[in-house]
Parts: sequence; structure tokens; C-alpha cells
Amino acid sequence: MNSLIFSTISRLLVGLMLLFSVFLLWRGHNEPGGGFIGGLVAAAGIIVYGLAEGPLMMRKLLRVNPRTLVLIGLLIAVASGILPLLQDSAFLTGLWVFIGATETDKGLALGTPLIFDVGVYLVVVGGVSGMVIALEEEL
Amino acid sequence: MPAETTPHPDAYSDPSMKQGVSSSAKTAFACALVSAIAFFVAYLSQIEAISSGVPWVFNAPWVPRLGVELAFRVDGLSLLFSLLISGIGVLVVIYSYGYFKAHKGHARLQWLLLAFMLAMLGLVSSDNIILLFIFWELTTITSFLLVGFDHENSQARRSALQALLITGGGGLALLVGLVMLGQASDSYLLSEIIASGSAITEHDHYPIILALILIGAFTKSAQFPFHFWLPNAMAAPSPVSAYLHSATMVKAGIYLMMRLQPSLGGTEEWFYTLSIAGGITAVWSSMMALRQTDMKLMLAWTTVMALGTLTLFLASDLRIAAVAAVTFLLVHAFYKCALFLAVGNVDKSTGTRDYHKLGSLIRSMPVTAIAAVLAALSMAGFPPFLGFIGKELKYEGALAIANEPWLIVATAVAANAMMVAIALTFVFRVFISGQSTITREPKEVSVLMWAGPLLLAIAGLATGIFPDLITTFIIQPAVSDILATQSEVKLSLWHGINGPLILSVITVAIGALLFFKLNVVSQTINKLVEKLPVLGDTAYESLLNAVQSLASGLTNRLQTGSLSHYLTIVFAAFVVSVAATLLYHPIAMDFTDLTPITPIIALVVVLMMGASVVVAFSNTRLLSICALGIVGSGVAVLFLVFGAIDVAITQLMVETLFVVLIATVLIKLPRFPGQLHSARARGFRDAVIAIGAGVVMTVITLGVSLAPLDLTVTQFFEENSLTKAYGRNIVNVILVDFRALDTLGEVAVVATAAMAVIALLKVRVHPQGPHS
Repeated sequence: MNSLIFSTISRLLVGLMLLFSVFLLWRGHNEPGGGFIGGLVAAAGIIVYGLAEGPLMMRKLLRVNPRTLVLIGLLIAVASGILPLLQDSAFLTGLWVFIGATETDKGLALGTPLIFDVGVYLVVVGGVSGMVIALEEEL
Repeated sequence: MPAETTPHPDAYSDPSMKQGVSSSAKTAFACALVSAIAFFVAYLSQIEAISSGVPWVFNAPWVPRLGVELAFRVDGLSLLFSLLISGIGVLVVIYSYGYFKAHKGHARLQWLLLAFMLAMLGLVSSDNIILLFIFWELTTITSFLLVGFDHENSQARRSALQALLITGGGGLALLVGLVMLGQASDSYLLSEIIASGSAITEHDHYPIILALILIGAFTKSAQFPFHFWLPNAMAAPSPVSAYLHSATMVKAGIYLMMRLQPSLGGTEEWFYTLSIAGGITAVWSSMMALRQTDMKLMLAWTTVMALGTLTLFLASDLRIAAVAAVTFLLVHAFYKCALFLAVGNVDKSTGTRDYHKLGSLIRSMPVTAIAAVLAALSMAGFPPFLGFIGKELKYEGALAIANEPWLIVATAVAANAMMVAIALTFVFRVFISGQSTITREPKEVSVLMWAGPLLLAIAGLATGIFPDLITTFIIQPAVSDILATQSEVKLSLWHGINGPLILSVITVAIGALLFFKLNVVSQTINKLVEKLPVLGDTAYESLLNAVQSLASGLTNRLQTGSLSHYLTIVFAAFVVSVAATLLYHPIAMDFTDLTPITPIIALVVVLMMGASVVVAFSNTRLLSICALGIVGSGVAVLFLVFGAIDVAITQLMVETLFVVLIATVLIKLPRFPGQLHSARARGFRDAVIAIGAGVVMTVITLGVSLAPLDLTVTQFFEENSLTKAYGRNIVNVILVDFRALDTLGEVAVVATAAMAVIALLKVRVHPQGPHS
């Protein structure tokens, strides 16, 4: 699509949407959001950019092949499930560390569910943008 | 019957194969041989304990919740079969080594033989009926692979498939029968089922259980009307035929009938089914045997005859009938395996199995000939072979059966007389005398290949002269287990001049007559066969064709390649089935307690309805897609109104991406303004389906929202989300923690779907051909 306005706006939008998608991913455990929604928002951003600039630029933006992204995402999700196995817990049990926890406040809670969600995020981003890139390239 | 008109000679005698046996074949051979010997010795070492009535028992849990355990129990009957399987297994494995040498499939064959042997041993020693069934199916599968060993031959493939379909189909019936048996007798342990005696025969489901189990046994043991697969299975190489189709696999059905006789037997249904099927099988197959000129096919049909005879004798619950059955089982295993292997030797050495072309083989192949002659004499039932004792017992048993003695005697005499004729053919036309027309000078085979048949033939002679060798330790315990009571058995060659002896004399006389008039007899039988309207094999063929044309007819109707056709079928089926259910079970509607319609809901709904109308009537695809997007976004807004924020965001994102994706595709498609909307008649039909789907869905949704909600699960998540998973967003906590495994599955689906779409798009279709 050769539109200067759309192209300019899309470059702004993609940054904002990617940032927002990470924000959604991060806060998902307590507020609306999460890996799936975050991934969809990121993919939407990438697609907006792609509609303006073409599939080649989409690939450049992603830097890695979308299929690789999908695979890495799946591996991360599985890995987050394997971690608890090392501690004799069941597959995919949540493990947590609390950074800076005090008596009253549990501090910054980081756990394997977050890693799992990152995996979900990557699978969705890679899968959806991969499909759109393929469509744009092949049709 | 193509298998008979085009007999396929075993093609493993290629003289160019002078190179040595491959190391993989040697490994396989060593494994098979060591296992077979180890099992044989292990069973032999248990013989004394087991024959004194103490079975060898092993139990381990496997699927405890389903009552399936690895329960093994080797009693007298199992021991008889196990010794046959492992003992003959040793001989067949050694024989195969000499037979296949440097053949490229040698290693595969040895592994398959080993797998088959293990499956068979498992089958006869399982105490749990589900375990028994699993081994039963394993023997079916391994025998499929063995019959189809020569997989480049279409005849072998057809025979293998036929064996698989028939025994596998029988296996399905057997599974249902066994499960019903287990339910009816409250135990899945054979030993307990048998211990409860004939209680099962009083059960309401007894006729069904009996029928299903007998279908399994009859298909496996080639009883009429399922007998035809066994002669066709002779497409297998000779050692395989010897092992599977004479000594072991086909006896699985016989074993099952012997095993279950105490529970299922003793009724009129049991008696008449077994005696009629067994009788027809025995007489018909011995007639079929007489008309063959291929010796291997002749033996195959006599195997069917032997199985028929065994079934016939298992019909009765008399002690003498059981003794006759067990003794004959042993007799048959000895002589039939020896003969099959001997015919394999003849085939290898002369290149033919047609007895018209062969003669006086004793001059060139003395050891094979001696083994074959000894075995044939045992088959004919001449003294002092074990075959004679077996035959006398059969006649004694036949005379003793009270219900239909003369019918059974006549059947037994007829079948045995034909066996005598076949045995005489082997002895006098092939091995001792007769005129050979082949040009090649046959040579005696190696010791590996004559040792087995000779040993088995001598076993038939030795046990005939000294029947005490097998009476107490093998036959008596097996008979006791069939009858489920301790029984005394005495075998001897000479019983004095009595009914059975007179019948034997008559049998030999008729047999000799048949032998001298063999050409006339086989021509008469051939004419008879031509006049028959339907044969088992042709019936099988037309059934298979019918199934295939039904399948292709259905596929052609359903898989038209038109998306709108698929959608029509899916939604029409949905509307009809759900509407029928709703009419049958009406949902009580109560509209007093519904959520009030606020202005915002009303606005969204009106928007969605308007958009739907646009979708249905717009003239451009892009407009339709955008309108569809409005419908989806409306749903998202409704989710938002009712507080499901996560679902709303997801819905909105998916809807947006969906419109983008579809639009990307549609923009590139050529415009077909005329075809966007269907013709009037089709349009009407589509409208009916669409409205029907909407109405049905509305009714269901109303019904669901009116039903009282079970809040247990919701409460669990509300209580534990923050305390156990440290998250306040319950939806997300469920996704990534409580039900993370489901999410992992879904993510894998997303990944697979994306990969598939990308891969499909990368396939370039060129005008010249489908692939670049």
C-alpha cells in the first residue's frame, strides 16, 4: 500500500503496540492481559506495519524467521514445565521466587508461569505474523 | 480361487545366492534360537510340578483401574501348547536358517518368528482375558507380517490382508465376547471364571457371549464358514506355513475353546455349533485337499480338516472326547510340521510342489523322504505311530458321544479315509515310488533342513510305541484342565478287536480305494466345486468390493471439494440432530428471571443484526467481510459489558486479525460478481439452514443460561488463585497455571496450524504440474 500517511503512522503504531503487548504480557497475571492477548496485539502491530511496508520489511522487523519464533516459543513453554520436574514436582507446577519480600509484602513475584506465558506470546506472534507474511508473499 | 490356480513356488532357492548369511540375520537367528530353547527348557523344568496339579503363576499390576493385570498361569493345558510352541519353534528357527541363508529378508523373518512365538506363548499362558486378547491380536498382526513376508508378490499381499481381515474381524467379536464374559462372571481372570463352573450358561447373555467368542475362535482356527483364508495363507514361505498354520497360530482358536469348555460348554448350543461347524469343515476340507496337485496346498487343506476334527471333538464334554482331541492335537503337530518342512525341502531341491511331476524322491533325497514317509504314515493313522492311537481314540470318542454318534462316526471315517488317501499319495507317488518328470537332478538338503522334519517324524513314531512318554506328563494334565476335573488317562496301541479297530480297517480300505482312483475322485470333486454357487473366497471378494464401492460412493458424495457444500452438510446436520434432540427432550423455558436489556446492549445487538443482513446481501466480498467483523466486534462488546474483559480483548483481536487475513486473501482474488450469491433455489435452502442454526443456537443458549450453575469449580479458582498461584486475574491463572497443560496443547495446535498454513502457501502450483 503506497500511502505516505499510513506508512508514517504505522511506524509509530508498531512501536507503541509492541510496547503495549509486552505490558499486557507482564501484567497478565493480576490484571486483564497475558501471553495470548499480548501476542495477538504484537502480531496486529506487526501486521499493520507489514500492510504499509510489505512482507520483506516485516521479516526485517522480526529479525528471525517466524517459524523459528514459533519453535522457540514452544520450547520455552515446555521448558517452563520441565523445570519443576527437577524438584520432583509435577510437570508445569508453578515455581516462584519473591525478590525483596518482607513480612507484609511478597515483593516482586517471579515464577515459571511467567516463562510459560512468554512462550505462549512468542508462539502467537510467530504463528500469526508468519501466516500473514506467507500470504503477502505468495498471493 | 486364485491362490489355488496359480500356486506360487517358494522362490528362495536362487542358486546365485552363494554369499554368506548376513550378520544381522545371524544376530536375529541367535536371539530367536536362544529364546526358543530357553523357553522350551524352562517349560520342561516345570513339567513335573504342573502335571501334579500345581500351576506356575505370575501376577503384576498393569492397568489396575480397569482390572487388567499381567496375570500369567501355566497349567497342564497351557503347558501342552507352550511346549509345542517353543519346541517346534526351535526346529523351525533352525530350519529357517538353512532355508533362507543369504536371502535379504532373513533377519526380518527370524525376528518375526521370535515375535510371533512370544505372542503365542503369552496367549496360552494369560490368565487375564484382556491380556489374552492382546496376545491374540499380536499373533494376528505377526502372522499378517509373516504371511505377507514375500511382500513384492501381490498374491502374498492379498493373502496376508485376507488373513488379517478375517482373523482381525473375528478378534473384534472376541473382544466384545470376552468383555461380556468378564462382566457376566464378575471376574476377568480365566482361572476364576473356570472355577465358577457352568454358572455362565445360565446367564441371560450366554447365547451372545457364546456366539461372539466362537466367532473369534472359528475365524482364528479356520472353521467353516471362515475356513478359506488358511489355504490362501500358504503364500507364506514353507517354514512359516509349518509353524503358523499347522503347529501353533491356528490352534489358538482350539486352545480358546478347550480353555473355556468348562464354562461355556455342556449346552446344546455349544454341542451343535461346534459339531456342525467342525464336521462340515473336516469333510469339506479333506475333499478340497484331495483335488489339489500342489502338495503344500494339500497339506494346508488337511490342516483345516484337522482343525475341524478338533472342533468336532470339543463339542462333547465327555472325557474320551477330550482325550481324543488332546492326543490328536499332538499327533497333528508332529506330522503336519514334519510334512510341511519336508515339502519345503522338496520345493527347494526340485523347484516344484506338484506331485504329478515328482516321484521316487527317496533315491535322491533319502533323509527328507524317510521323514516325510514316517510323518505321512502317522497322518494316515497306521500302527505303531501315535497317529494310530489318535485315530482309535477319535473313533472311541465318536462312538461314545450320545447325541449324534453315527453322524460323528461317519464324519470322522470320511475325513480319515481321505487323509489315508493323501498320505498314500505322498508315500507312493512322491517319495518311495512314482515317475519323476522334472529335468533337474534333486539333491538332499543340508542337515539344518532335514533334522527338524526327521526329529518330528521320529517323535510321532516313538510316542506311538511308548505312549507312556507323554501320557502322565502332558496329555493327562491337559485333559484334566479341559474338563476342569482330575482325570486318569491311559493310552496304548493295542485295545483288542473292538469297534474303533473295525472302523480303522474300514477307513484304510476306503482310503486305499480313493488313492487308486485319485484322478477320478479329484475330477469329480472339481466338477462339484464348479457347480457350487458361492465359495468362501468369492464371497469374501465380493464383500470386500462392496465395502470399497460403498466407501468410494460415500466419499464422492461428501468430498465434493466445494466449501459451501461442506458447510451445508455440517450445519444441516447440526440443525437436524440438535433440533431432533430438543423436540425429544424439550427444555423448560422461564423468561421471568432474565437479565434486563439495557440500552447499550440493545444498540450493540441492533448493530450486529444489521451487519448480519449486510453480510447476507452485500454484493462485494470486502463489504461482507467487514460486516462480519462488526458482528464479531459486537460479540466482544457484549463480553465487555458482562465483565469478561480478557475474553473481550481476545475476541476483538482475533476478529481484527481475521478481517485483515481474509481481506489480504480476497483482495488478490479475481472478481466473480455473478457467483457471489447462489441461485434462488440454493439461496432459499441456505437461508433455511442459516435461520434454523440461529434458532437452535438461541434455544440452547437460553436453556443453558436458565439451568442452575454448579459453582464448585469457580469457587475453587476464586479461593486458590491468589493464595496458591499468586495471581489476581483468574482467567490468566487458569491459563498458565491451573490448566497450563491444556494451554500447552492449544499453543501446540496454534503452532502446528501456522506451520501448515505457511507450508501450504509455499507450495507453488505451476501450470505444467502440481510441484515446482
